[in-house]
Amino acid sequence: MAHDSLSFIFLNAALMNNFVLALFLGLCPFLGVSGKLETAGPMGLATSFVMLVSSVCAYFINEILVAWDITFLRLIAYITVIASAVQLVEMTLKKFAPALFRALGIYLPLITTNCAILGLALFQTFKEYDFLQSLVYALGAGAGFTLAIMLMSGLREKLDLSDVPGIVRGAALSLMLGGLLSLSFMGFAGLGGGH
Amino acid sequence: MTTVTTKGGRKKEEGITWDVFAQGLWRDNPVLVMLLGLCPVLAVSNSAVNALAMGLATTFVLVSSGALVSLLRHLIPKQVRIATYIVIIATFVTIVDYLIQAISLDLYNALGAFIQLIVVNCIILGRAEAYASRNTLGRAVVNATGMGLGFTLALLALGSIREILGAGSLFGIDLFGKGFEPWVVMIMPPGGFIVLSLLLVAFNWINQRLGRQIEQSEGCGHGT
Repeated sequence: MAHDSLSFIFLNAALMNNFVLALFLGLCPFLGVSGKLETAGPMGLATSFVMLVSSVCAYFINEILVAWDITFLRLIAYITVIASAVQLVEMTLKKFAPALFRALGIYLPLITTNCAILGLALFQTFKEYDFLQSLVYALGAGAGFTLAIMLMSGLREKLDLSDVPGIVRGAALSLMLGGLLSLSFMGFAGLGGGH
Repeated sequence: MTTVTTKGGRKKEEGITWDVFAQGLWRDNPVLVMLLGLCPVLAVSNSAVNALAMGLATTFVLVSSGALVSLLRHLIPKQVRIATYIVIIATFVTIVDYLIQAISLDLYNALGAFIQLIVVNCIILGRAEAYASRNTLGRAVVNATGMGLGFTLALLALGSIREILGAGSLFGIDLFGKGFEPWVVMIMPPGGFIVLSLLLVAFNWINQRLGRQIEQSEGCGHGT
């Protein structure tokens, strides 16, 4: 597989360089909203959706910034636009897809401060992906995030039933689980002919 | 941002006390108690140098954005305050980004996108919203310094442990000689999760021995 082929970009973002487990992006929802499988699923999908939207926005903003030679404003422009994009997505969904809006509900505004979104926008800029590649990269990152958060919530639901020493209970246990998941995802490292 | 305010109930005394500073160092340590800003904590703590640089960069942004937010607290309209805070923070992060690039290009490459990702670090927005926007300049700066130092210390502890175990060195200085077989997984992503988890257990244990109960909140997904 060539390193800039679309399938490689997708697999790379979803598995080999999983946003949560290898790059440590979006840990807040990964730890905070992974208590139950039924909330983790919608959270993953909502994040993927915002990733897709902000990836498209970031691509065009970067074109404009490069054309006018004001790339030092990149960070400020990205974060402002992502915040507004999330608002827009929220309003559009509320108007045209109320059912979906209710399902995602409270998670949408939280996503603005998810570093996976800004990270995605920055990485696709650094890697100089073209429009289609950026889109696939966002899809892969979203799929990887959804996969990670759903695996995590499944594990945590099981652990709720087991006897855990009080001192480890809570965040420490979640992090340990994250470590084990991350360890198993390292097994994907060789996929697609190495780096 | 309820993470910080729910711990309130504290008296609103004016003036700068030791407590204002020490809050971030241990009792409400941003990493070990509030579990805020974990993304950069885990991502750049693979060596002590990276951890220290990241901690100082975050402290700088924390202090300067706290100062500006505190100064402007009567001018910023309530409705757009979050957006204003984010733009203020993004400005200071851009300054730090260029500063590090000018001082050391190696360091800049090692930290990568995580310098720019300081923008979405929940500690900074959380402090701006919960503290700086309600307190005088002096208190805001002192509190932000304490928080920043607490963050730096936790990051440095994590970075040192991971570097010692994973590479057998500290700040790039070889500790054990040639006979040491590095525990490479510790400087890779899983090591970050595992060492932080063990640090939290140790922190809980110490606090339990001291007879203090500390409520850990999980991630900033709840608050921000």
